[in-house]
Amino acid sequence: MPLRADMMADLCRIAPELILCVFGILLVALEPFVPSSSKRALGWLAFSGSLVAIASLWIVARHPGPAYGGLIQVDNFSLFFHGIILGSVAVVILGSINYLCEERLQRGEYYALVLFAAAGMGVLAGAGELITSFLGLEMSSISTYILAAFRRDARKSNESALKYFILGSFATAFFLYGIAMTYGATGTTRFTGIAQALSISGPTLLAVLGLGMMLVGLGFKVVIAPFQIYAPDVYEGAPTPVTALLASAPKVAAFALMLRIFYVAFGPVQHIWFWAIWISAVLTMCAGNFAALLQTNVKRMLAYSSIAHAGYILVAFAASTELGIAAVLFYLAAYALMKIGAFTVITHVGGRGERHLELSDYAGLAKKQPAIAACFTLFLLSLLGLPATGGFMGKFYAFQAGLDSRIIWLVVIAALNSIVGAYYYLRVILTMYFREPAGESGPDAGLGSEIEWMPQPVAASIWVVLIIAALGTLYLGIFPSRVMEFALRSAASLR
Amino acid sequence: MSAPYFLEHIWLIPLFPLAGAALMLFFGRRLPKPAISTICVGSVLVSFIYALGAAVTLCSWPAESRSFEKILFQWISAGAYHTSAGLLGHFTADWGFLLDPLSVVMVLIVTGVGLLIHIYSVGYMAHEGGYYRFFGYMNLFMFSMLMLVLANNLLLLFVGWEGVGTCSYLLIGFYFHRKSASDAGKKAFIVNRIGDAGFLLGIFLISATLGTIRFTEIPAALLAGHFAIGAGVLTAATLLLFVGATGKSAQIPLYVWLPDAMEGPTPVSALIHAATMVTAGVYMVVRNNGLFRMAPFTMEVVAVIGAATALYAATMGLVQNDIKKVLAYSTISQLGYMFLACGVGAFAAGIFHVMTHAFFKALLFLGAGSVIHAMSGEQDMRKMGALFRKIPVTYRTMLVATLAIAGMPPLAGFFSKDEILGRTFGVNHLLWFVGWITAGLTAFYMFRLLFLTFHGHSRVSHEAEHHLHESPSTMTVPLMILALLSIVGGWVGIGGRFEKFLDPVVGRGAAVTEGAMAPTTEYTLMLASVIVGLAGIAVAWQMYIRNTALPGRIAASCGALYRLVYNKYYVDEIYDAVFVNRTKDLANTLWAFDAGVIDGAGVNGVGFLTRLIARISMWGDTWIVDGSVRVSSRLVWVLSFPVRLLQTGLLQSYLLVMVVGILGLFGYYIFLFRH
Repeated sequence: MPLRADMMADLCRIAPELILCVFGILLVALEPFVPSSSKRALGWLAFSGSLVAIASLWIVARHPGPAYGGLIQVDNFSLFFHGIILGSVAVVILGSINYLCEERLQRGEYYALVLFAAAGMGVLAGAGELITSFLGLEMSSISTYILAAFRRDARKSNESALKYFILGSFATAFFLYGIAMTYGATGTTRFTGIAQALSISGPTLLAVLGLGMMLVGLGFKVVIAPFQIYAPDVYEGAPTPVTALLASAPKVAAFALMLRIFYVAFGPVQHIWFWAIWISAVLTMCAGNFAALLQTNVKRMLAYSSIAHAGYILVAFAASTELGIAAVLFYLAAYALMKIGAFTVITHVGGRGERHLELSDYAGLAKKQPAIAACFTLFLLSLLGLPATGGFMGKFYAFQAGLDSRIIWLVVIAALNSIVGAYYYLRVILTMYFREPAGESGPDAGLGSEIEWMPQPVAASIWVVLIIAALGTLYLGIFPSRVMEFALRSAASLR
Repeated sequence: MSAPYFLEHIWLIPLFPLAGAALMLFFGRRLPKPAISTICVGSVLVSFIYALGAAVTLCSWPAESRSFEKILFQWISAGAYHTSAGLLGHFTADWGFLLDPLSVVMVLIVTGVGLLIHIYSVGYMAHEGGYYRFFGYMNLFMFSMLMLVLANNLLLLFVGWEGVGTCSYLLIGFYFHRKSASDAGKKAFIVNRIGDAGFLLGIFLISATLGTIRFTEIPAALLAGHFAIGAGVLTAATLLLFVGATGKSAQIPLYVWLPDAMEGPTPVSALIHAATMVTAGVYMVVRNNGLFRMAPFTMEVVAVIGAATALYAATMGLVQNDIKKVLAYSTISQLGYMFLACGVGAFAAGIFHVMTHAFFKALLFLGAGSVIHAMSGEQDMRKMGALFRKIPVTYRTMLVATLAIAGMPPLAGFFSKDEILGRTFGVNHLLWFVGWITAGLTAFYMFRLLFLTFHGHSRVSHEAEHHLHESPSTMTVPLMILALLSIVGGWVGIGGRFEKFLDPVVGRGAAVTEGAMAPTTEYTLMLASVIVGLAGIAVAWQMYIRNTALPGRIAASCGALYRLVYNKYYVDEIYDAVFVNRTKDLANTLWAFDAGVIDGAGVNGVGFLTRLIARISMWGDTWIVDGSVRVSSRLVWVLSFPVRLLQTGLLQSYLLVMVVGILGLFGYYIFLFRH
């Protein structure tokens, strides 16, 4: 029965995705039968589903190699990304439970969509060829389009989802065209096959245009210039836990695919795409940082900061070495942790109806809720790249990779950009610690003049998320070597 | 095999006072005075008991194996390297403690005299504010000083060295609301920094040359390196160490801080600026005697500086009117003796004098404190006189101390000073002569102090007279114990016993010259120093008891010289003009540079640029991005009214941007393939 054994092994290789889908279907099926008072339980079910998926990584790790004839590739690289994606998703689910209660949006669909999106991202991270990756891309994209619109009574949420959907479809169409052109040029959609064909034929215009078109779709997903333009509106309008998800997991997954396409499939023509990445990195960093400078809406500011960070990651990406790939991986892990942490703080401070997103709402937070302020400070400092945080080590490895590859100007621009970043991150910290809270609530005067607005008490699930994110950020900052070693092994498995 | 209890727990000796200091820091403000006294005196008492235990244990061992090292944990470790002398160095600094005869002597002095002074302070400070602060600092000082003398390597010694400097600064400025006190604290600290810089460079040089800074490893490294006697690098290293010593031990040219340090409470002057901290420099030189022996030039420098300081400070002591200032100059002078001893190779004699000096000088300061206490804070000797009946215990104990410092047999000072002078005579007659003259001057100014304060006519003001009283027993008992020690403390040196005890540390080399001097010479020298001491006493008696008009006449007849000495040779003024004001000028120039160029052009410039860029981007945002959005939305609104409901202007512009980006990308690739 060799066939059955093969089937079992293949199933094991896609175990996390299977589990996520099963839990997702279960959630949708259970949803009508759960009374609205206990919908919260669905959240915990989804959370446990994500935990089971994480646990299943042990099974995946036992079965390295290609699955389904190479449609899926299981190696250290995909394991690393599965770890980040599933971890992010689990934490985001945890951070959503309380939010959905507050907003009276507690529905099973929400969690089901998160799990489906996660399954799609898992496929993205493990894809061994282009059509499979497109499936993964669509699966995660469509789920997130719906999630962005989840506050369907809020105009901003609808606006966000619509923009996301239209622009996303536009970008995805390009990605599909790119696949077609690449297939036309090389006669295969397998990454390794494309690489073989390219190394024989050399770069052809058709293949390179295919790569360019795929870059449009990927660039949209990883939020790099000039395809970053949608991100601030979408991130701002989406429900904050969804923003936390959008800013972390899909971006991470798309980077996984981008690494595979650029380094494995189009590795032989690296000299062709290098300058495109270089220019995009500069544009992305500048667009993110300079736009964030004048933001007074903290949520939107962090959206711009996400863009800037994609730029820093591109610096490591452009390094084109194993260290560079490892730096991308490490950076993504640190980035996901600190971004989820920061957005969770925003979720908490935003309160019911997301009314407190302005910088002025953060004035005096250090006195009102010192622990929250301390956590936020840690995440902001990590985003800024202060030593002893994961953000610092991520930047450190990225810049080191850049310097090793002699792309010195790019590193210089990135370093200058980090300085610009200091302005808007520190401004928030300054506001929390040194500004007196305003007597009345700011622009939302709908409820009349509130005196001395107080944030709600911190929910236990929020605490757990913040503690995980904070400890993770510190761990990566102080003991980076274990994660970095794994990242290096993952990078080696890619080549 | 574990060592006996007291040796194994030697690290507890400094820890007790540290605990006391920590308690004072955190809870002192809330504790009642009796609790503070109990904790702080108690911690030093326990330290003293542990020190005694360790000393007794160590002395029960055979003389040649009296050395014990206890390493608590590794502190700093850096990789191996090749030193400039070709040795394989491995830089490590441990939190380690070394107990040998030298540190035994020092630990006993520090804890013993420290304990007495702590007890004394309970009475002296009873009516002062900041009681807990005082005792907290004192305990912190005890910790630092014990770290200094127990450290097993130069770096840890330096930690203690800096610690005592800090405590000295804190305690000199104890009455910080008085400007002169805070100024004096700063002066002490800054002058000491100069010496510390030298010390630190010396440590670096030793580490770079010998590859180790551990005391027990330095002798082996010296042997392994095959250094010639007088090797340049060793001379440089020892000179740098000696620079550190001149700062801490107030030698020329860095002595200027010690007289000013008398601004601190008198027990501080006794403990820190007489008995213990200022002898740290001597201890450090003796601790590194192996290095100093290899550098004859440095030894000469040490001897000359020591002798010069002894004489020079003694002359300034002749004319001071402040009772504590006289003692301060006397301390500098006596420290000069100790360095003179080190310089002529009589390291054991130097430590011997450290010990006897700790007894009688602590006693003198505490006695002076008792006088000041009785006089309601008056320190000017011209406003005292005939106090001996009013405060008899203070008088008698101070008389003992004065006789001891004047070198009268059989008191402590006689033995140690005689030892130094005898050994100096064997090396250089001129240096001996300087030391001998200084001995006479010492006897003179000390008896001048005694006569002015306790004898003659009473010049005490009416108010002070009213309050005049003997000090409480917490103050007088330490005085009496110290008086006893000032008498018998020197007897341990009879027959070279003290020197033999220190032999394992300072080496056989020191004892060789002992036999070289004929007994007759020795006795002649002894007699000579007694005679010069008696002469000094006689002159003082003549001038301040019999013919009290004489000092004024002498001062008037050689006015210029008197003013020169009275104004301390104008050294403070010269230092101000040459160093202090030039440094201030430099600082002002740098400040101007900082404010003008760095802040003005640099920081403000960058700030301006950043703001400019932000403005530009904001302008771009409002006019170009928003503007184009507005224009396009208007266009859409005007041109395509029916589709307006489906499209927002923003989304279009987003697509536009993406399309522009895509076209740019494709254009680039196509361009790439055309060429």
